[in-house]
Amino acid sequence: MTKLEMGAAAQTAVKVEEKLFYNRYLVDAGRPHITVRPHDTPSAALLALTRICPAGCYSQADGGQVEIASDGCMECGTCRVLCGESGDIEWNYPRGGFGVLYKFG
Amino acid sequence: MSQEKFDAIVVGAGPSGNAAAYTLARKGLNVLQLERGEYPGSKNVQGAILYAKALEEIIPDFRESAPLERHIIEQRLWMLDDSSYVGMHYRSEDFNEDRPSRYTILRAQFDKWFSQQVRDAGAVLLCETTVTELLRDESGRVIGVATDRDNGTVYADVVILAEGVNGLVGRRSKLREELQPESVALAVKEMHFLPKDVIDARFNLKGGEGVVIEGMGTITEGMTGTAFIYTNNESLSVGIGCLVSDLAQTGRSPAGLLEAFKNHPSVKPLLAGSEIKEYAAHLIPEGGLKAMPELFGDGWIVVGDAGHFVNAVHREGSNLAMTTGRLAAETVADLKQRGVPCSKANLRAYTKRLEDCFVMKDMKKYKDIPSFLHGNRHLFDLYPRLVSKAAQNWFRVDGKDKLTKEKEILTSFRKGRTLSGLLGDAFKMARAWR
Repeated sequence: MTKLEMGAAAQTAVKVEEKLFYNRYLVDAGRPHITVRPHDTPSAALLALTRICPAGCYSQADGGQVEIASDGCMECGTCRVLCGESGDIEWNYPRGGFGVLYKFG
Repeated sequence: MSQEKFDAIVVGAGPSGNAAAYTLARKGLNVLQLERGEYPGSKNVQGAILYAKALEEIIPDFRESAPLERHIIEQRLWMLDDSSYVGMHYRSEDFNEDRPSRYTILRAQFDKWFSQQVRDAGAVLLCETTVTELLRDESGRVIGVATDRDNGTVYADVVILAEGVNGLVGRRSKLREELQPESVALAVKEMHFLPKDVIDARFNLKGGEGVVIEGMGTITEGMTGTAFIYTNNESLSVGIGCLVSDLAQTGRSPAGLLEAFKNHPSVKPLLAGSEIKEYAAHLIPEGGLKAMPELFGDGWIVVGDAGHFVNAVHREGSNLAMTTGRLAAETVADLKQRGVPCSKANLRAYTKRLEDCFVMKDMKKYKDIPSFLHGNRHLFDLYPRLVSKAAQNWFRVDGKDKLTKEKEILTSFRKGRTLSGLLGDAFKMARAWR
């Protein structure tokens, strides 16, 4: 990446987190509705999620593995479409009543 | 849960589920509707434009009580490059009519209202209840659903799957294949609040008038996608969406695309000073006819986004959702009245109803458009640049004679895409559109 691109990426990452503050969530503490299958080397699709997840839920750990923090998830299903079949992730809806609560939708 | 057996269970309380549950309840059927959100609408996202006709067929006097934002009197189609747009605008006083045909709505509020009509009609609604799977008898016929509630199984003669684009219940029950990344768009949207008079002034509106702006071009960086700005009473819905396959391939962040769109010189002044109050993301099934799953079987029937009922070209979805919900319900109610079971053979009548109206006619007409759009990145990058450059050349009065200008424009198109490329694109477009 060029310096400019890195700057843009960093800016975007910060902004996603800020955007999520506008939203209301009822987090089902200790029961994440999406889990990533343990792996040594992430698949291309998992890596793509670190960039395209609209809530920025996916990130890379120091060892290169992809992790998820699903608290800010907007339940769109993009990661499910990309990684559900391969088994890279396990995706469920949050339990009834939990998760994102849109005021305007 | 209830030991009672229902005539029908409707999974989901969006437009298709509400249309189905309302229609069934009005015809006297015993209906249970299950919704995973805290209230109907709490999980639902749309631009959002309401097409009146589809709702009129269900609730003719909806205008008296539904929470509507603005009726649309002007449509702006923008082809954008990095610094410009070439626009096609249509505005008409004729759209200021007694019964306007298009309104902006806020889905969380609209769905709540629609759901109240469903309950008033007699359906039972249970929120905060996620359906986990379909229940079948030994013959494979669907006889009810399991939910995430304690003792959460419930039975019915038929299950109407109005579960939305992800269609998790149907997928887990092997009713359909997984969505392909080429067949779904990921859209992100922000709600920008501004005083009503500011919106009126910026968009040249009065009273309850509204404007829709749909944009395509370099804002999606060559990816298949569009952006939009919709005027609500005191807010603007601002969003952008691209095919998931394109996003995965380019690794572009949807939030980044939205920021870039908001900062486009043609867009930024429209949003200036606004307060953002929500950020949403949602998938849109855009694969068209070829991506549609099986729509019915023994004891089950699919409506709305779960059935891939979206006309991406015309930005129509919620009207197809309501119409398919209503038609599925009419099919079921008809079988009930005749005293025959909701078997696969009997539910085939649903297909006939779909084919007799605009739903399948439009799905069929545009069946080749998704693959055309997906296979033609020029549409979203090269052409907008060429058109903008041509317009700029044409409108600048700079001492250059007009014949030279014409030649320059033609040359830039032929250099950009070659004559055979231009003709080929036009031919493919015409064939896909036909």
